[in-house]
Amino acid sequence: MTDDQQLRVSKISEGTVIDHVTGGQALNVLAILGIDGSGGEEVSIGMNVPSERLGRKDVVKVEGRELSQDEVDVLSLIAPAATINIVRDYDVIEKHRVERPGEVVGVLRCPNRNCITTKDEPVDSRFAVLEDGVRCAYCDTIIRESIADHIHVG
Amino acid sequence: MPQDHIISAKHLSRADIESVLDRAAEIAADPEAVSDRHAGKLLGMLFFEPSTRTKMSFTAAMKRLGGDIVDMGPVDQSSVKKGESLADTVRVVEGYADALVMRHPLEGSAKMASEFVDVPLINAGDGAGQHPTQTLLDLYTIRESAGFDDLTVGIMGDLKYGRTVHSLAHALTNFDAQQHFVSPESLKLPRGVRYDLHEQGASMREHTELDEVLDSLDVLYVTRIQAERFPDEDEYRKVAGEYQIDAETLASAKDDLVVMHPLPRVDEIASDVDETDHARYFQQAHNGVPVRMALLDLILEGNL
Ligand SMILES: [Zn+2]
Repeated sequence: MTDDQQLRVSKISEGTVIDHVTGGQALNVLAILGIDGSGGEEVSIGMNVPSERLGRKDVVKVEGRELSQDEVDVLSLIAPAATINIVRDYDVIEKHRVERPGEVVGVLRCPNRNCITTKDEPVDSRFAVLEDGVRCAYCDTIIRESIADHIHVG
Repeated sequence: MPQDHIISAKHLSRADIESVLDRAAEIAADPEAVSDRHAGKLLGMLFFEPSTRTKMSFTAAMKRLGGDIVDMGPVDQSSVKKGESLADTVRVVEGYADALVMRHPLEGSAKMASEFVDVPLINAGDGAGQHPTQTLLDLYTIRESAGFDDLTVGIMGDLKYGRTVHSLAHALTNFDAQQHFVSPESLKLPRGVRYDLHEQGASMREHTELDEVLDSLDVLYVTRIQAERFPDEDEYRKVAGEYQIDAETLASAKDDLVVMHPLPRVDEIASDVDETDHARYFQQAHNGVPVRMALLDLILEGNL
């Protein structure tokens, strides 16, 4: 990223920069993180900024917040090329790419209303991660499009 | 390979299938030999939706092995109506029985239930999901009627919600079988099943007309198209009529075509087919008892 592009989104002192997010997915990234602005979090977003690697990309900067592995796992489903930069005192001290996990547990809600995991049972949703989508380990339903719509936060 | 639960046909290997079918053939040949084999053992029946035939078939199988059943009874009188979770119900009932058979209206219910119990659990149908014991008796019937080599199988009807179809399609990937799926556009195989068949490298094709494949088939497996799947009655009538067969329809089929149906049928197979050599559905239903005896025997002995 050139300095010029960097300037489109303000620098943060402590927190996480999620870069190389698939263009248009920034708001879904915030949904995964459970951020809707009401908690007073300081967030900067760049949407559809030019990127050498992706053509267009989104950038999300969250002040004062690091990501859990669960959050990173789900993030990888909607933004497989994303990089996570952890910032302390204005410096990136750690930088890594997201990796697609083998499965995600408890974060997506099965779209099949007849699936046992959508009922009041003591069981977490469990989705196997496929090459192009995810699949419910209980009812076999496959989600390929708009995975972010099925994120079940809280 | 020890396998505690029978949840999905997807997890049955060719060896698993053949050991059940071989045992079933032994039992069918000499049922007296096993009449006391599981005396004192109890099979827990958890039927959360009505299914008289499957339940009777399991009951007969267990009793013919010398065992007995404990039945939770009709759902409307059970704890389910009081709001108890399925997870709690199965944990209680496992204390009463050596193995459990469960039928439930929700997909994935059998898998979830199996995670809460230590006794073997057999899925006798979970919503539109899977029905592996039906598949075992279907395979038994196919093996005795047509063999497993170089098979061409047509599967017709409601392929979207038909759990017997999903299980059978998975199981057939273990054999040298070409599968032809015939259904209205709106009732095609679900994505999950198609995904697995592709993963298994299955030879499969989808059609909307039976004519396109009928003359190449060794087996035609027919399922019912249910009126409630359609937004309106007219829409249903238009579609359903095209997937009914009668003796005349079968005139262009191979002489040794085997016609199967998991039953009950409504009008998708006309009664004049019953008189032909093609009809195999009643025999298929009768095969349920020796096949379920074999499965229970292997499971209770820990041999599957
Ligand atoms: Zn599901």
